[in-house]
Amino acid sequence: MTFEQAVEKFDPVLGLEVHVELNTETKMFCGCPTTFGGDPNSQVCPVCLGLPGSLPVVNAKAVESAIRIGLALNCSIAPWSRFARKNYFYPDMPKNYQISQYDEPIAVNGYLDVEVDGQTYRIGIERAHMEEDTGKSLHMGGATGRIHGADYSLVDYNRAGIPLIEIVTKPITGTGAKAPEVARAYVTALRDLLRALQVSDVRMEQGSLRCDANVSLRPSPDAQFGTRTETKNVNSLRSVERAVRYEIERQADVLDGGGVIVQETRHWHEDTGKTTSGRTKEEAEDYRYFPEPDLAPVAASAEWVDQLRTTLPEPPAQRRARLQQDWGFTDLEMRDVVNAEAVELIEETIAAGATAGGAKKWWLGELARRSNDSGVALADLGIDPDGVARIETLIAEGSLNDKMARQVIDGILAGEGTADEVVASRGLVVVSDDGALTVAVQEAISANPDVADKVRGGKVAAVGALVGAVMKATRGQADAGRVRELLLETLGVQE
Amino acid sequence: MTFTSTPAVDLAAGIAAGDYSAREVATAFLDRIAETDGELNAFLAVDTPGALAAADAVDAARASGETLGPLAGVPVAVKDVIATEGLVTTCGSRILEGWIPPYDATVTAHLRAAGAVIIGKTNMDEFAMGSSTENSAYGPARNPWNTDLIPGGSSGGSAVAVAARQAPLSIGTDTGGSIRQPAAMTGVVGVKPTYGGVSRYGLVALASSLDQAGPFAATVADAAALHAVMAGHDPKDSTSIDAPVPPVVAAAANGDVSGMRIGVVKQLTGEGFQREVREHFQKSLDLLADAGAQIVEVSCPHFEYALAAYYLILPSECSSNLAKFDAIRYGLRVGDDGERSVEQVMAMTREAGFGPEVKRRIMLGTYALSSGYYDAYYGQAQKVRTLIARDFAQAFEVADVLATPTAPTTAFPIGEKVDDPLSMYLQDIATIPANLAGVPGMSLPVGLDDKGLPIGLQFMAPAMADDRLYTAGAALEAAVGWEARP
Amino acid sequence: MPALSRDDVAHLARLARLELTDAELGHYAEQLDVILGAVQRVSEVAADDVDPMSHPVAISNVFRPDQQVPGLTSDQALSGAPAVEDERFRVPRILDEE
Repeated sequence: MTFEQAVEKFDPVLGLEVHVELNTETKMFCGCPTTFGGDPNSQVCPVCLGLPGSLPVVNAKAVESAIRIGLALNCSIAPWSRFARKNYFYPDMPKNYQISQYDEPIAVNGYLDVEVDGQTYRIGIERAHMEEDTGKSLHMGGATGRIHGADYSLVDYNRAGIPLIEIVTKPITGTGAKAPEVARAYVTALRDLLRALQVSDVRMEQGSLRCDANVSLRPSPDAQFGTRTETKNVNSLRSVERAVRYEIERQADVLDGGGVIVQETRHWHEDTGKTTSGRTKEEAEDYRYFPEPDLAPVAASAEWVDQLRTTLPEPPAQRRARLQQDWGFTDLEMRDVVNAEAVELIEETIAAGATAGGAKKWWLGELARRSNDSGVALADLGIDPDGVARIETLIAEGSLNDKMARQVIDGILAGEGTADEVVASRGLVVVSDDGALTVAVQEAISANPDVADKVRGGKVAAVGALVGAVMKATRGQADAGRVRELLLETLGVQE
Repeated sequence: MTFTSTPAVDLAAGIAAGDYSAREVATAFLDRIAETDGELNAFLAVDTPGALAAADAVDAARASGETLGPLAGVPVAVKDVIATEGLVTTCGSRILEGWIPPYDATVTAHLRAAGAVIIGKTNMDEFAMGSSTENSAYGPARNPWNTDLIPGGSSGGSAVAVAARQAPLSIGTDTGGSIRQPAAMTGVVGVKPTYGGVSRYGLVALASSLDQAGPFAATVADAAALHAVMAGHDPKDSTSIDAPVPPVVAAAANGDVSGMRIGVVKQLTGEGFQREVREHFQKSLDLLADAGAQIVEVSCPHFEYALAAYYLILPSECSSNLAKFDAIRYGLRVGDDGERSVEQVMAMTREAGFGPEVKRRIMLGTYALSSGYYDAYYGQAQKVRTLIARDFAQAFEVADVLATPTAPTTAFPIGEKVDDPLSMYLQDIATIPANLAGVPGMSLPVGLDDKGLPIGLQFMAPAMADDRLYTAGAALEAAVGWEARP
Repeated sequence: MPALSRDDVAHLARLARLELTDAELGHYAEQLDVILGAVQRVSEVAADDVDPMSHPVAISNVFRPDQQVPGLTSDQALSGAPAVEDERFRVPRILDEE
C-alpha cells in the first residue's frame, strides 16, 4: 500500500518522546564532567558507576534547565515533584534502576505550536521530566558490529548519569497525510526552542537529542486509538519524517491484510529506511516505580519559577514573526528562510551590515544551491555571515558585481581567506573607470550598428545586447550599470 | 594496665597524654582478636598493617606536637557494610567477596580524621538482613556469653567485638534494630542516631529510608564519643540533616534525669516478652524514678502494625538497592562461558552470590512493588508509617524519652529460628518503630536473665534530640551499676 | 490477595534476575505466602485520609552546585570488574536492546 492509500484508509495518531541531554558542566547526580568523547570510563565516580554505598545529589542547574524547558513549552511547573526509581536490568545502567520521575514530574500539560505548509498544529505536551542517561555499549565480534549476533559487549559509563529531560507529547491527532511532516516539524521546533534556551547542544548525530516515535492507526478519526508501536533510534530530523511515514505504511499493510499490530519496540534503520521489531518479550516489562528514597523532593516555589521565567528567550515563533516584520519579507519568503534554516544566518548577516534583501539573496540563492549540491548544511558551508555581509557591501560600493561575487564565494569556500583577501589575490576589481569603458563602448556600437540604430530609434531595451558585448570585452569586470549609462549617453538616448 | 578493659575515652586521653603509645594499644587489641576470634568469628577482615600504620601515624603526630583528633589512637571495628578505601568490604555476602572499595564512606573518613585506628571489618548478616548474624556467608558470629548462642544481628560482629573486648569501639548499622538488638544480646551499649544525623554515604544500602549507622561501646560515654565523631551534615547524602550535632558527649557526662518524663509504651511491655526481660525493664523504671525521673504511660496504638509495614518497605527498597549486584562492575561473576547471555550470567551470579534470606526479601520486595500490588502493599505501608510517626509525635508531647525493652528475648541458640522468618522478624518488634519514624534509639544493658544472659532496655527520643538518650542512658547506667562481663 | 503460585514466584525471580532452583521456587512460594499473609495487616488501618510517608525527614530542594568534583581514574573504576577489555567493562553478549 502506498503512503497515500494508507492515510486515505487510516487515521494516524502520533506520540513523540524526545530525550534531551542537558549541557550542564556536571552530571545529574554527581560532579563528573559531561564532555563528549573522553577516554572510556575516565569520567566516572562511585555515584555514576553505581558503586555500593554511593548516593546521588541533584544538580541544581539541571533542575533550573528542566523548569525553563517546562516554562518554554507552556507547561505548569509542579510545586511538588519527586524522583522515582525505574527498575530494570540492563548492562549499561550502573544501578540497574534509572533515577527518573514517574507520577510527579517537574512539568506537565503544555504545548508547542508548529507550522507545516502554512497550517499551525498545536502539539500538546503531556509532561517533561528529569532523569539520568545510561552508559554506552560497544558490541564485539559477530558480523555487523551490531548488538544482534555479537559475541560480547564492552561498556563505557562516561555517559551514565548525564542529565536528560524527557519530553512527551499528548497523542497527536488530526494530522492525516501530514503526520510525517508534523512529526519532523515538531522535533525541529523543539530543537530550535532548546537551542534558544541554551540548555542543550541538541546534536542529534551525537545523541544529545533523541527521538522515539509512537505511531498507531485507526480506521477513522472518531474511532478509538489503535495499538501503537514505539520506534527507537530515530537520530535525525529526516529520519523522524521517514520513520513515521514507513511505520504508517507498514501498519496499514498489516491491518489491511487482516493482521493485528503488536505493541512493541521497533528499531529504525537509516540505511534501509525500515523499522524492525525488537526482541519480543516473554512478559510485559514491570518497572516497579517507587519514590527514590535517596533524594529529597523538588519543591519549586512560585518565586523561583517566576525568576526563571524572566530568563526565557523570546519564543522562536514569536521571534520569527518579529524578524519577518523587521525584514519586510512576505510569508512565503519567510517560510523559505525558515525551511532553509537560515533565520540566524540572515539575522547575523544583517547585523554585520547587509540589507535584509541582500542577505536573503545570497543565503537562499547562491549559497543554498551550493549547500544542496554538496549536502553540507548552510551553517557549515565555510562562509560566515560577516563574509556574506562584506560581499554585499562591496557590491553596494560598486567594487564587485554579482558574477565576481560568486568568484569571491568560490575563493572563501576554497579556504583562500576573507572576502577582501580573495578579491585581492584574484584581482577581482570592477572596471568603472569611464576612460577605459568609453573605448569598449565605442567598439561595441561600431560592431553592432543595427542594434545601435534600434536603440536610437527608441527601443531602449535593445541596449542589453550592447551591454553584453561590453561586458564580454571586459571579461565581466565592468560595472554593468555604468556601462548601460555610457551606452545610452553615447547614443543620445534618454530613458 | 589492661588496655582491652579500659574505656575508649580513657585510652584516647592516655595516648594524648603520652602515657602509652597508640601502637601499644593497637597491638593489645590485635592480640586479643588473634586469641579470641577463631571461636567468635566477629571479624571478616583484620587489618593488622593498616591498623599499625594508623597507630604509628598518631604516635608520630603526637611526637611532632600536632593536635590530635578526639579518638586518636583508639581502635574501632567497622561493620563490613561500610566502604573503607583499600580494605575489603563484602557486606557478609559471597557476591561481594574480595571487593576493595576505591573510596571511603563519609563515616570512615570521619573516623580517620578523628585519628581512630580502623582495626578490621566485622561480621554481619548478609547485606544487614537478619537478627542473628547467622545469615553471613562467612559463618555465624558467636555470642561471647555463650558461644552456642547467636549474638543478635545484623551488626552481630560489631556487638561481639565490643562485648569480647576485641575493640573498644565499633560501628554498626541499624535498619530495624540491627544495632540495638545485638547490643542487648551481648550486654553493650548501641545507638541508632536520628535518621539523617549520620551520613549514609558509603553505607551499602539495605533500605535507604530506614538505614542509619551508629556506635557500639561498653559505656554510654564511649558511645557518645564515637557518635559525635560519626555524626554531622554531609553534602554527599541528600537525606542528611543540615543542623548541629546534638550535644551527646555533654549529655552522657551529665546524666541527670530529675524531672525528665519517661514514657512507657503500653503496647511494648507485655505479651511476647520473656519474663526476665519484663522484670528487669520494670526494675530499671524504678531506678529511673528513684533518680528523679517521672514515669508516664503512653499509648502508641499503631506500633502493632510496624512490623508489617517494615516487612513491606524494607524488601521493596532492598529489592531495588541490591539490583546493582549484577556481575558487571564489581564482585562475583558466575556462568560466563562465552555462550550465555548477560541476562543469564546476571541471574546465575545473583542466584549463587546471594543467600536465602536476601533472595527471600528481594522476591518479597519485587512482589510488593509490582504493578497491581503497589497500592495495596507499598502504598499502604507508607501510610502506616505516617500513623506511627503520629503516635510518636503524640507520645513526645507527654514524654521526653520513651522506654521499652530492646528485644523480646535474650540470646537464642544458633539455628533455632534460621528458617522461620516470621519468628525471627519478631525480634525487632520494639526497635522497628524508631526506624520507620526516623527517631533515635539506644539500647543499654540492665541485667541478666536466669541463664546469665544480658537483657537490654531501649530509650527513644524525638528526631535530633539524640542527647536525651545519652542523658537517660548515663543515669540508668549509673543506677544499674553494670559490671557483668562475658 | 491471591495465594502465590509457583509460576508467580518464577515470574518474580525473572524480574529480579534470580535463577532459582525448583526446590527454591516451591519453598519461596510457601514462605512468601505466609509472610504476605502477615504483612497484609497494613491494609487494616491505612485510611484514605492518611498521607503516605516515604521518608522520615521532611526536607526538600537538596541540591549541589553544577561544579566538577574529582572522580575516579579509569583504573580505579575498573579495579573491581570481573572482566575488562580496552578500558571498558567486558560483559557477556546482550540479547537485544531494551
